[in-house]
Amino acid sequence: MLERTVLIGSTNGLHARPAKLFSQAAAAAGIPVTLTKTGGKTVNAASILGVISLGIGHGDEVTLAADGDTAETTLDELARLLLVDHDA
Amino acid sequence: MELQGIGIGQGVVVGRVVRMPDPLPDPVAAPSALTPAEEGDRVAEALGAVAADLLARAARAGGVAGEVLEAQSMMAEDPSLVDDVTLRLAAGATAERAVFEAFAAFRDMLTGLGGYLAERAGDLDDVSQRVVARLLGVSAPGVPDRAHPFILVARDLAPADTATLDLRQVLGLITLDGGPTSHTAILAREKSIVAIVRTNGAADLTDGDEVILDAANNLVITSPSAEQLLEAHAREAARAARALAPLSPGRLADGTPIPLLSNLGSADGAASALALGAEGVGLFRTEFLFLDAVTAPTVAEQRAEYERMLRAFPGKKVVVRALDAGADKPLAFLNDAREENPALGLRGLRALRASEQILRDQLEALAQADAATDADLWVMAPMVATVEETRYFVALARELGLRTAGVMIEIPAAALLADRILQHADFASIGTNDLTQYTLAADRLLGSVAAFQDPWNPAVLRLVAEVGAAGAALGKPVGVCGEAAADPLLAVVLVGLGATSLSMSASALADVRAVLADFTSEQARLLAELALAAEDAASAREVVTTQAATFLDSSSRLNLPVQHTLERY
Repeated sequence: MLERTVLIGSTNGLHARPAKLFSQAAAAAGIPVTLTKTGGKTVNAASILGVISLGIGHGDEVTLAADGDTAETTLDELARLLLVDHDA
Repeated sequence: MELQGIGIGQGVVVGRVVRMPDPLPDPVAAPSALTPAEEGDRVAEALGAVAADLLARAARAGGVAGEVLEAQSMMAEDPSLVDDVTLRLAAGATAERAVFEAFAAFRDMLTGLGGYLAERAGDLDDVSQRVVARLLGVSAPGVPDRAHPFILVARDLAPADTATLDLRQVLGLITLDGGPTSHTAILAREKSIVAIVRTNGAADLTDGDEVILDAANNLVITSPSAEQLLEAHAREAARAARALAPLSPGRLADGTPIPLLSNLGSADGAASALALGAEGVGLFRTEFLFLDAVTAPTVAEQRAEYERMLRAFPGKKVVVRALDAGADKPLAFLNDAREENPALGLRGLRALRASEQILRDQLEALAQADAATDADLWVMAPMVATVEETRYFVALARELGLRTAGVMIEIPAAALLADRILQHADFASIGTNDLTQYTLAADRLLGSVAAFQDPWNPAVLRLVAEVGAAGAALGKPVGVCGEAAADPLLAVVLVGLGATSLSMSASALADVRAVLADFTSEQARLLAELALAAEDAASAREVVTTQAATFLDSSSRLNLPVQHTLERY
């Protein structure tokens, strides 16, 4: 199991648009990816409702996890999406 | 009677109310006559059909509305939702009830989270209604179709409704819920629809009521008097005339030119800004080039984007702000330290200086783009605090071949020493949003201190006056490129304080152009003095509004918001 821990970059947190971009990418990855908010619950990263329901704010710490051959590149790509500020 | 809400924009409109139809009744919680597998097939068909319909609407709508519809389409087929529905079917629920309950559970969770996310709860309700309607074989509730134009009253508009709204029919929008960032508000700004959101008491409006929707004053007036109607119609007509007025350059009543420029985030907005009469670009934010990047873009990549912008404005001024990032807009390659107070941290020019090669590359790309195009390129540094930083930036810009280099005034220290800073810089541009945040020590992103974020505050205006006076003494241009410049009457005050150009969202240009043309330099100075002498933002606005009205003849007075004691949102 590979993991990446990152801080959320979007000014308003992971609301509709950033969550959409993130879940779309997670669904397209082809392998199951989970998203955990530090101190909170774990959800399916491909579920936009699951991702939104974490109530992730700007600067919050989250952890991505996945298994498999493509886990490394998948997590790198998804972590990048979480770091950029989609609201700027 | 007056209902209070949050007005979007400066518009006013008179019309009759039409209410959005009530939502479908809640499906009854009776046991299903079908097997869970059979109900599961019905759900899968309905979810798929609704998702496809929303995606098709997303493609038609495009832009921000399209993005939201795309997100809704994903919600319809969300794996967590499908899991939840399946559990409810297994317990014997009907497809209708299972879908209804599953969406309601997610909606309650969003509402519980509050703030920005609670405003998205309406998106889920809309998807839920569409799926249930599909299962029942009825049409989903939507915007009514009437023979005459009307003012639409709704709890909140769903993105699917706003995206396909017939603008020839809908005169204005009144919503009970929603906030300044709701879809209704976003759509109203994008399409220049007169709108008011979070309106107290709007639930009591009924079909056929005549109302005045006064977004400029955050009001809905019910059962208006003949006098109120006359005044509103006159303001409506004046504003319509303003939008159709020739796109003349910005100037005061005495002919003093005040160039009106546009704030742009990329070259994509250039055509519409020009169509609305922008005389150039007063703030070109370059962050878009960097924010989606893991490493800084190359000189060649940047040059191509800058050229695209400069080519759109031949012979016109384009003021480019160097990368304004830092701890609140984190860029891994610039500053990845976690800071306790990002607004007071390594940001703006400070962050660029710590990674000077990024700044050099950006200035180099700008110099190359400048050499290949005919725009009048100015560059400026963000978040400058000291004279020494000014000298550093101007020297570096000159070294890389840029002719006109200036600084942004966003920090009170820089405003107070503007006389010394402007000895080294070619111009100054005041960023009123950050200047207000730092002057009042109130985080501009924090709702609980939002009331402090008012650029009418005399303390902020006094700092603007310092910069204006320094610019006048040294013969250097002083621009304003914050939200403040988009408030027409405040724009007059800023000119009175010494601003020589104003830059704003292109949609605000027509209103500001019209109001500037009503006042002379002398009157603007007098209004500025009144604002400076006020005790707080509310009284500054009030005293200036009252005095401004006495300067105007009755026809021009219609350009101004009606004097109202209510604090503007």
